[in-house]
Amino acid sequence: MHTINKPTKYRISLKEPGIPGVLRMAEERFIFTPHDPRSLLKLDVPFRSIKVHKFSKDGSKQALLNLLHEGGGYIFEFDSFSDRNICRDFVGKILGKLQATCPSKDDKAVPDKTTPAPGEQLSPMEMEHRIKLLRDDSELQRLHKQFVMTGILTESEFWATRKNLLDDTTIKVSKQRTGFKSTMLADIRPATDGRTNKVTFSLTPEIIHQIFAEKPAVHRAFLDLVPKKMSEKDFWTKYCRAEYLHRTNNSVAAAAEAAEDEELAVFLKHDDILADEIRHKIRRVDPTLDMEADQADDYIHLQDHGLLRDGGKETVDAESELSRRTLSQDLNRHAAVVLEGRAFDVELGDTRTVAEALARSKKGPSLEAFDKNESQERLEKACRMTEIEDLRGPHQLPYAPLFIKDPREYFDSQQANALRALGDSNAGFKNTDYNFNLEESYAYLMKQISEAKVSGLNDIVQSDVAHKVLNGLNQHLSSTKQHIGKGPFESVLDQLPSRTKDELMIHWSSIQELLRHFWSSYPITTGYLYNKVLRLKEAMTQIYNKLQEIKESVQSDYRHLVSLLVHPMLQALDAAFAHYDSEQQKRTAKGGPMPNGFFK
Amino acid sequence: MASAPSKLYSDDVSLVVVLLDANPFFWAAGAGGGNHPAATLPFSKFLDHVIPFLNSLLLMNQLNQVVLIATGINTCGYIYDSGNGGPEGSDNVSEISSEILLRLEEFVCKDRKIGKGTERAMGGSVSSLLSGSLSLALCYVQKVFRSGAIHPQPRILCLQASPDGPEQYVAVMNAIFSAQRSMVPIDSCVVGVQHSAFLQQASYITGGIYLKPPQLDGLFQYLAAVFATDLQSRNFLQLPKPAGVDFRASCFCHKKTIDMGYVCSVCLSIFCQHQRKCSTCGSEFNQAPREPNSASDTIRKA
Repeated sequence: MHTINKPTKYRISLKEPGIPGVLRMAEERFIFTPHDPRSLLKLDVPFRSIKVHKFSKDGSKQALLNLLHEGGGYIFEFDSFSDRNICRDFVGKILGKLQATCPSKDDKAVPDKTTPAPGEQLSPMEMEHRIKLLRDDSELQRLHKQFVMTGILTESEFWATRKNLLDDTTIKVSKQRTGFKSTMLADIRPATDGRTNKVTFSLTPEIIHQIFAEKPAVHRAFLDLVPKKMSEKDFWTKYCRAEYLHRTNNSVAAAAEAAEDEELAVFLKHDDILADEIRHKIRRVDPTLDMEADQADDYIHLQDHGLLRDGGKETVDAESELSRRTLSQDLNRHAAVVLEGRAFDVELGDTRTVAEALARSKKGPSLEAFDKNESQERLEKACRMTEIEDLRGPHQLPYAPLFIKDPREYFDSQQANALRALGDSNAGFKNTDYNFNLEESYAYLMKQISEAKVSGLNDIVQSDVAHKVLNGLNQHLSSTKQHIGKGPFESVLDQLPSRTKDELMIHWSSIQELLRHFWSSYPITTGYLYNKVLRLKEAMTQIYNKLQEIKESVQSDYRHLVSLLVHPMLQALDAAFAHYDSEQQKRTAKGGPMPNGFFK
Repeated sequence: MASAPSKLYSDDVSLVVVLLDANPFFWAAGAGGGNHPAATLPFSKFLDHVIPFLNSLLLMNQLNQVVLIATGINTCGYIYDSGNGGPEGSDNVSEISSEILLRLEEFVCKDRKIGKGTERAMGGSVSSLLSGSLSLALCYVQKVFRSGAIHPQPRILCLQASPDGPEQYVAVMNAIFSAQRSMVPIDSCVVGVQHSAFLQQASYITGGIYLKPPQLDGLFQYLAAVFATDLQSRNFLQLPKPAGVDFRASCFCHKKTIDMGYVCSVCLSIFCQHQRKCSTCGSEFNQAPREPNSASDTIRKA
């Protein structure tokens, strides 16, 4: 890289005239020195602060180069466009180099520490997956940043619990092949030019591919004729002429032209390959299928019903070799081809290669081999379908006997358990009132009912009692509204100010992550786990302290609410700490060195 | 949770199925006095609250329907169906209450007779057949659903006095889930000694109300203020909610509530101890549990 010196004019704004001077650009910075030594407008700017460079078009009035930085831009006017272009390219190169070395500083970028732990090989695809997952899920990214960046958890540990995420993304990579368009070929109308009476057909490789798939006779003709007899262009011209004749429905002209040009006649005749295929297919249809079809019926010769392309309903003599394609035939053929899909994925470049590839793919399954196996199956199936049920014996299909476990066994065992449980616990009224046996209780109950009959209904509720009840209910409702929230769908968290709520949620998810790793490291058998537990414990202590601070610092309105929310988190952390301490005690009680030679 | 929309009926027509707990042990326990709930509210007074409540339900809308089912300790039965007595003109309150009392008496006799044959171990807290009466109620509701496009919105009100019978856990949970499926809310009013975990869960899952009235002599007021509301109006009313629902699972072997346990992977039944064979589905568990490190458990005291 070299430096560039060019005479320019520095313009502070586009309105003012420029200050003539010399612009010197090096790799790191550019310096502008005005000619006038008295001027104070000297510029010395490192390229790192330049974000973008803009320039005026070649041929406009002024040759301007604008170097944009935060807060504005430096505009330089050059004498000639070539000068300006040299400077512009230079700046462009430098900016490109700078952007490659320092990655963009926006928040969404995942920091570069996704380096695998030593001894672990990650394929680039896996790295990409991880980065993509982190980018899509901000919660995951936050956790990753909080724990892996600060070294509390290693990368592998973090992803060890999220294997299902990694697996899922790999499945979605499979590509889908695009199929044929579902618009029909003939809907692609030619452009007619009224003035010069020219009709222009446009054939793209896609259309050609589709033509080959739908009309095997054309395909065969192409393979035969091109490039031996005629060029591709001629071939398509003839084809288009045939299409045009079909379109205009001019049977006489068509006959005339067919008589003249035998290649054209190929296009105008029935598609015999198609006819053959269809006949084969009909033969292979299950004979038990109730279809009133003739062996020779291949849809193509069915002239007496079906609409023609333009809606006309003419009937034509069957002897004419020129085919009159009806709408239903075209639709059926097109639909069949679209449903079959593309046989192969080839670049639609050269028509010739496409044709050949299509021919190769068609040669694969041979119809004859199929027939032999299939006819055997069809015979068996025909026997099965046509059997007369009365004349046959009963089917003795093997079946598995239904095995229903006796539910009484379950309930009896439960009864035994329940009675045992009842014997242990009592409802709190420890048989002091239970002097009655069964008979007496029933007698008492009956007496009560008679009493009710006799006394009738009067004075159900005293007014002061009712008053008390209503007050009690009101109090209960207002207090629960405060604690629980207005409805089943409003959570109590919504009542908190959003900052506190966010903090609590963040802490909660961090605690879950830490606790999951903590509990999974027990029992500690290796030094690695021991270190890991130490790290986790430190992180947990930090969060614990933070939670305590939150509890104290929150406003008095929400204090109760917050303490209710924070309580289970603290409980979980306490349980983890208690477990840690008890394990430590055991370890020291054992005395001597710990596994793998660690000393406390 | 909204109930199934009743087509072409106005929104506040309801069918209330009331499950009345007629457990003799509970109600007789108040005979000795003391602070047993049955002492403050003997059965006759209890009926004095309930029957007017049924009448007031019928009063709220001409098309309302009330069904009363009694829950005994050996059997359950239908006591009263307000849809039946229509043409005979038994809208008379006294006729209704006398009919109810008569049938209740017959029911208790039947319950006693059925229980005579079996020798049951008597404990102080024999529970009523809640699962049976819930099933009866749900069958009735289903019949109403299938009676045509026009039907009132059904709900179930459970007046429970005796404690939960742990042996009925599975059956009660099944009934609760089918109520949830048919969108029939189960309200619970517990007049017994302690809270009923089954009914708390039932009301929570099906979207009903659970209440244990602190003041039993004002029971009618509770019933009228809280449980008489129809489902449409509940969208606009604030009704009492329990502070929390105890969802902890209970183990299937001892019915203790547990926090950590073993789960059969075939039928999802929960056990507190390791078992060789699942008692619900009979599948064998073939993995031996990890032995805790017994060697390092001794702590030497200095």
